[in-house]
Amino acid sequence: MSTVTARPDSAWDRVKDFTPPPRYIPIIATFALFVGLFGVGGMRYDGLTDPQVLISLLIDNAFLIVLGVGMTFVILTGGIDLSVGSVVALSTMIAAKTLQMGWSPYLSIAAVLLTGTVLGLLMGLLIHYFDIQPFIATLAGLFLARGLTYLISVESISINNSTFSELAFGTVYLGDYYIRWTALLALAVVAIAAYVLARTRFGRTVYAIGGSESSAMLMGLRVAFTKVGVYVISGFCAALAGLLFSLYILSGNSLHAIGMELDAIAAVVIGGTLLTGGRGYVVGTLLGVLVLGAIKTLISFDGTLSSYWIRIITGVLLLTFVVVQRFATRRQQ
Amino acid sequence: MPESPTLVVRVLRHPLMWPVLALGVLLVINVGVKPSFLDVRMQDGHLYGNVVDIMRNSAPVMLVALGMTLVIATRGIDLSVGAIAAIAAAVACTRIIGAGDEAALSTAVMAMTYAVVVCIALGAWNGLLVSVLGIQPIIATLILMVAGRGISMAITDGQITTVNNPWFSDLASGFVLTLPLAFLVAIGVLAFTAVLTRRTALGMLIESVGINPEASRLAGVRSRTIIWTVYAFSGFCAGLAGLVIAANTNSVNANSLGLWIELDAILAVVIGGTSLAGGRFSLMGTFIGALFIATLTRTIPNIGIPSDLNYLFKAVVVIAVCLLQSPKARAVLRAGRPSSPRPVPAKAGSPA
Repeated sequence: MSTVTARPDSAWDRVKDFTPPPRYIPIIATFALFVGLFGVGGMRYDGLTDPQVLISLLIDNAFLIVLGVGMTFVILTGGIDLSVGSVVALSTMIAAKTLQMGWSPYLSIAAVLLTGTVLGLLMGLLIHYFDIQPFIATLAGLFLARGLTYLISVESISINNSTFSELAFGTVYLGDYYIRWTALLALAVVAIAAYVLARTRFGRTVYAIGGSESSAMLMGLRVAFTKVGVYVISGFCAALAGLLFSLYILSGNSLHAIGMELDAIAAVVIGGTLLTGGRGYVVGTLLGVLVLGAIKTLISFDGTLSSYWIRIITGVLLLTFVVVQRFATRRQQ
Repeated sequence: MPESPTLVVRVLRHPLMWPVLALGVLLVINVGVKPSFLDVRMQDGHLYGNVVDIMRNSAPVMLVALGMTLVIATRGIDLSVGAIAAIAAAVACTRIIGAGDEAALSTAVMAMTYAVVVCIALGAWNGLLVSVLGIQPIIATLILMVAGRGISMAITDGQITTVNNPWFSDLASGFVLTLPLAFLVAIGVLAFTAVLTRRTALGMLIESVGINPEASRLAGVRSRTIIWTVYAFSGFCAGLAGLVIAANTNSVNANSLGLWIELDAILAVVIGGTSLAGGRFSLMGTFIGALFIATLTRTIPNIGIPSDLNYLFKAVVVIAVCLLQSPKARAVLRAGRPSSPRPVPAKAGSPA
């Protein structure tokens, strides 16, 4: 409503009138939520503001961060990947079984990553070349991976390989604090994914497909390659997350990670990625995972709240973000 | 077509041909492995046997799938049915335990009514998100899918709640007219839905909303009300299914009750020939699809494979059914192999 003025603004005016670009608002909201959770928690519970708690959040959720990164790629193209939870379970099982059979740990890691990638590739091919809805094709992947897990072993297999334990407990000390390699690996995955999405042709094509697949096709972009590629990335990330999870939990079990795909999707949505595709950042997903982790930490610090509140609060957050997104996009249209 | 199709061609072209054939193949495999598979015997005035078991076990999936069929016909999907089933069971069981006389018929009826009403409300909540706020169905129902099990645990206080009410457990294990009551309940809902959608204009309106919601609205169809109704109905069906599952074990475990039933239900709907793109639905197809899944679950241990492996077989079924329905895959099959093992539909489709 103000009239446009030609005179240069003072520094204070610029600060006062600063509004972040609209595309960053969801991330800023998630970040504010995260800071708010910790601020409120820090006032109520002693010890929560210890930086080590923050670092532990990264360590405890490393697998979910990696899973969320893969899911972000898929959701940015407007798809969805329901299979990731089962692929995590399959990965822990393959790792545990091959180690039990006496494979070299590196060979076992390669086998896990290869399996996840191939599963992702198969789902991507089904989705792109046979026009099967992502939801249904990855549902088949969910059943397939879970079935293969049961095929390998119905019983839980524990992992007691020395190399795996070294990897699992490999620690970097930062002064008084420590962080595990698994968390650093997860952060590296986020950094690589952010670079790929922002700076490479592949990444820009991912956004273009999410905006409008037919337009992307008419522009001559490599739609087929990219669309199959995001499911390959998601499969690879799920396998990597499965490795991190098996390092975290040191066992393979066919009942691991039931419903973990929901956590991954929730993290992506809370991180501000539009479920219809085309808009969002992996940094948002990282923040989304941290928000979910912070809720878990708060509930465990409180001690009187039962663990099922995590699910209810996640659902409420999901609802809030989806409804706000809905109104935000409606206004822009 | 110059000549009127013969009876054989008409049968082969019938949309239910493939699901019925698949069910038949499963039964033949079972009989081949174990000739006594289809035997049914009379004992204490009830029928017993594998077939009766399949009927009874198919009831929960069938109930959920009936609601899901109508939702999918409007081009939607309901992922929250498993969570709603868990909530229904939790509500019913806590009501039965909290009642004055735990074993009375009135207690069971009151508890079940209460649970079903809660589920209709939850379904209406999904409908609100989809129809009024315009959120994509898969996301709108995902919210309740995530939160629902938490709510169910909050109701049961995180405990596995066991109830002791003979009327309630009759819902799963009781027999009426020698047939399992659970199956009859599912058949009743099927008949009710079929009459409501096929003997009135409702079915056509649902299909029109699925084909094009905006055009239907302009044509005077209250698409918002219809979408709202089908989600509420899906909640109702999921609630009934949850009650049947809980009655089967006389207990509710909020973590595992109805786990993945939404996927089984979607599978049943897809096997039955209802298109996931919306716009047409087949209740009989869903009925056969649910029977197929129950039979598959029974077949796997019968032919000597550990029952945990049924996921593997379901994956194969999902892929096979989707490829059969996918126009692109059909085109590839037709072009690549003109004399494919399934030449009949290819011939029927081409201009003779």
